[in-house]
Amino acid sequence: MSCWRMQQNDGSKRMSPVGGVKTLKIDGRDFSARPEETILEVACQNKIFIPRMCELEGLSTVGACRLCLVEVKGSNKLLPSCVTPVEEGMEVTTSSERLLNYRRMIVELLFSERNHICSVCVSNGHCELQTMAQKLGITHIHFPYRYPKERVDATHDRFVVDHNRCILCTRCVRVCDEIEGAHTWDVMGRGIGSHVVTDLNEPWGSSETCTGCGKCVHVCPTGALFEKGRSVAEMEKRRNFLPYLTMMRKGHE
Amino acid sequence: MTAEKLAQIAKGEQETQSRLTDVVNVCVASGCLASKSDSVKQALESELADRGLSGRCQVKGVGCLGLCAKGPLVSTRSGAIYKKVNIGDAREIVDHLGREPVARLLLPTDVPFFEKQTKIVLENSGIVDPERIEDYVAADGYSALSHVLQQMTPSQVIQEITKSGLRGRGGAGYPTGLKWSTVAKSVGTQKYVICNADEGDPGAFMDRSVLESDPHRVIEGMIIGAFAVGASEGYIYIRAEYPLATRRLRVAIAQAEQLGLLGAHIGGTPFTFRIQIRVGAGAYVCGEETALIASIEGKRGTPRPRPPYPAMEGLLGQPTLINNVETYANIPPIIRHGGAWYAGIGTETSKGTKVFSLTGQIRNTGVVEVPMGVSLREMVFEIGGGIPEGRQFKAVQTGGPSGGCIPAEFLDTPVDYESLAKLGSIMGSGGMVFMDESSCMVDVAKYFMDFCMTESCGKCIPCRVGTYQMHRILTAITNMTATSADLKMLEELCDLLKHTSLCGLGQSAPNPVVSTLRSFAAEYKAHIEEHKCPAGVCSKTMGVSA
Amino acid sequence: MATYVAKPVAPSEDKRWKLVDAAMRRTGQQSRGLIETLHAVQEAFGYLDEDSLRYVAMSLRVPLSQAYGVATFYHYFTLRPSFAHACTICTGTSCHIKGSAALLTTAKRVLGLESSKVTPTGSISLLSERCIGPCALGPVVVYDGQIAAAENARELADHLRSWIAE
Repeated sequence: MSCWRMQQNDGSKRMSPVGGVKTLKIDGRDFSARPEETILEVACQNKIFIPRMCELEGLSTVGACRLCLVEVKGSNKLLPSCVTPVEEGMEVTTSSERLLNYRRMIVELLFSERNHICSVCVSNGHCELQTMAQKLGITHIHFPYRYPKERVDATHDRFVVDHNRCILCTRCVRVCDEIEGAHTWDVMGRGIGSHVVTDLNEPWGSSETCTGCGKCVHVCPTGALFEKGRSVAEMEKRRNFLPYLTMMRKGHE
Repeated sequence: MTAEKLAQIAKGEQETQSRLTDVVNVCVASGCLASKSDSVKQALESELADRGLSGRCQVKGVGCLGLCAKGPLVSTRSGAIYKKVNIGDAREIVDHLGREPVARLLLPTDVPFFEKQTKIVLENSGIVDPERIEDYVAADGYSALSHVLQQMTPSQVIQEITKSGLRGRGGAGYPTGLKWSTVAKSVGTQKYVICNADEGDPGAFMDRSVLESDPHRVIEGMIIGAFAVGASEGYIYIRAEYPLATRRLRVAIAQAEQLGLLGAHIGGTPFTFRIQIRVGAGAYVCGEETALIASIEGKRGTPRPRPPYPAMEGLLGQPTLINNVETYANIPPIIRHGGAWYAGIGTETSKGTKVFSLTGQIRNTGVVEVPMGVSLREMVFEIGGGIPEGRQFKAVQTGGPSGGCIPAEFLDTPVDYESLAKLGSIMGSGGMVFMDESSCMVDVAKYFMDFCMTESCGKCIPCRVGTYQMHRILTAITNMTATSADLKMLEELCDLLKHTSLCGLGQSAPNPVVSTLRSFAAEYKAHIEEHKCPAGVCSKTMGVSA
Repeated sequence: MATYVAKPVAPSEDKRWKLVDAAMRRTGQQSRGLIETLHAVQEAFGYLDEDSLRYVAMSLRVPLSQAYGVATFYHYFTLRPSFAHACTICTGTSCHIKGSAALLTTAKRVLGLESSKVTPTGSISLLSERCIGPCALGPVVVYDGQIAAAENARELADHLRSWIAE
């Protein structure tokens, strides 16, 4: 499974040798990797847990959430495992006191940014943000809540977008662009004022480009995008379409 | 365009100049223009016309003479520089041409501001007319390019640059020769050369000054770079807020094209290179390489993780050389005088000179170029002329929102990449903002955090939400409503952003906070524990909670 | 239903759209030229509105949301005129012959503007453009996007005074 940044230009060569298997250590254990595989890919194959939120297999990787940062011996910088290719002899540490602290802070910042109220949310119990908080052992949020006034857009006949729950992971943007091809979603504004929008920031229901496929709903990690008719804790996301479509597309190449 | 043709143009220009009895140079860069220097120029021209002297004495519009504080600046061929010239002075200036200068307007040049400078990048600023390529050629312009095309191979050019020890002048200080070598060795179907003229640090205007005063220099540097790495297309990414610099660049590019210095088969060789201008649209983050590339690609200016580095996969996935304006401006002289010459200036690890803009609470606001290694003390009290109105120096901010505030105890630090980094600041692009006791350092930290929060692209969580939370805390501190728990949270966020942010903006956003926390801890304490602002800037009614 | 298939038509006959078309051609009619094109739109019209974003997006084959994302990312671009009312007086040759210079003087007098383009309250802007398009109907004045033809000084003054009275 290759990473987005591997788009092949005609006649281009990479500086690292193509065709050679690499060996590396992750958390003290030895593993082998195909050329151009990322640290995260190797970890996932071997059931080593590295937290992540913006990454989803089948979509391009953006390295935005910073949860997947790992320590690499010899580098004084933390590296995002979702986009960092494996190097021969690399020694990776996926979990440490320091990394855990950073991960907790990042997730806590997310909770403080918008209005994430699990008890009334369709994704309660099926939410990646919630699960991540539990996995990281977060019991309360140290940062003061921002309480922004965010919209809910229920104009679409089948789906709803609740911006209070959006963590700006941009999976919806990427799936609509890369898998469906409509590019209905994108991000407007910048910084903490960023929002995902449909077309020219129009009500989703009057979007001219949306095909109603629902892919965005199912890749959304939280209850920001959900199906109408779901009540609290009833929105379970179905993700199998993504690796399936990826596999089918590869078959046509 | 051949070496002979260039020499011809230079000769013609020099002959024209020698027939003139005098030349009056009027600065027409943005600073002096804002003080109506164009009216001064017209007044001088009328005065000469009235006396029938127009044919024998020329009034020339030139670039920045450096000491912006005393503008509009006018200089004569004799070397006299006149300060704060207004249209009423035109008569007297013309009267005194060829005689002793007008005493009351004279700007002393035997002072550290001028004498301590070593002008390489600025060697033509204030001397050539930025809108005439002939003037540039007469000042040895494009001779370096000619030499490169006729006598050097790309790898020889790269060797010379490497020998010079030149480091990226945009702020990161990455060895230029190494970057050029990497791009040269990268494989791609089309290579690009980009000039980063997005100078976004508030208070920094060195690049603007160079582009308004001597645009051909930067173009020549880019062409040599393109030759060295094998690129055939170039872009100058310039911020939208620099219309005059943009205009002068457009004029310069057109002139260079006309003389066959840009375009196909430059100098009769197979080398082809074209430059286009891309205007920014108000995003500080686009000064970051990958965000800049995204912007040239017509997208939102959000950075992407590196590796892969632009040198290998940049614009449109192709090997791309990105350097700052000042870096390119150093290339022609390095080729002309040799890399060893350049390496002989500066310090062991920071070779050459650096252009700085002096702003804030300092007498001599303007643009200067000094050898690396000059001490901060010299910058403040000698070159800068000291703090006005007898106030005390408190701190100097280097590197803009990505840098730190350096207090008086470190004034003897030499200005070079490593020394400034050790102090928790950075060289940055060269903006120096001087502060006296009327500045509150907490307020300064809040100002910079506000800037980073507003300019954050929003892609990564630490920067997007972290800068907001940090700004909230700093606001509380200046509002006298913060607690020591807030301070602890602020420090933790500094650490988080520094190590987990996706790009340099987030990674260095904590720098002003960290440096002020370290050197001015007492001020933070006063705000939090005593609800007092020692500088008298913050009060309980000030500011609005974020 | 907007499609990207047919050749997009400029939102109006306003000649300023030709400047925008030229900008798109200059950058090769590619999605890469989006920012340059938006600059051209803003220079010509003062701001970016929904119609212009749609036209540019469709002409350059850029998805609507992507164009919107770019327009809102950069601080230089504005999606709204920053004033309540905008009056543009055409100073093209034909309108000039028909007396637009006098209209400009009247407008400046009524609005109390000498050299600036926006009233002190920031609510009304006065611009002059060299040729908006409908030359046969000159002198042309544009009030908030609405073209008024064969305008005379009294009508102009009345219109502007009604804005001031708001």
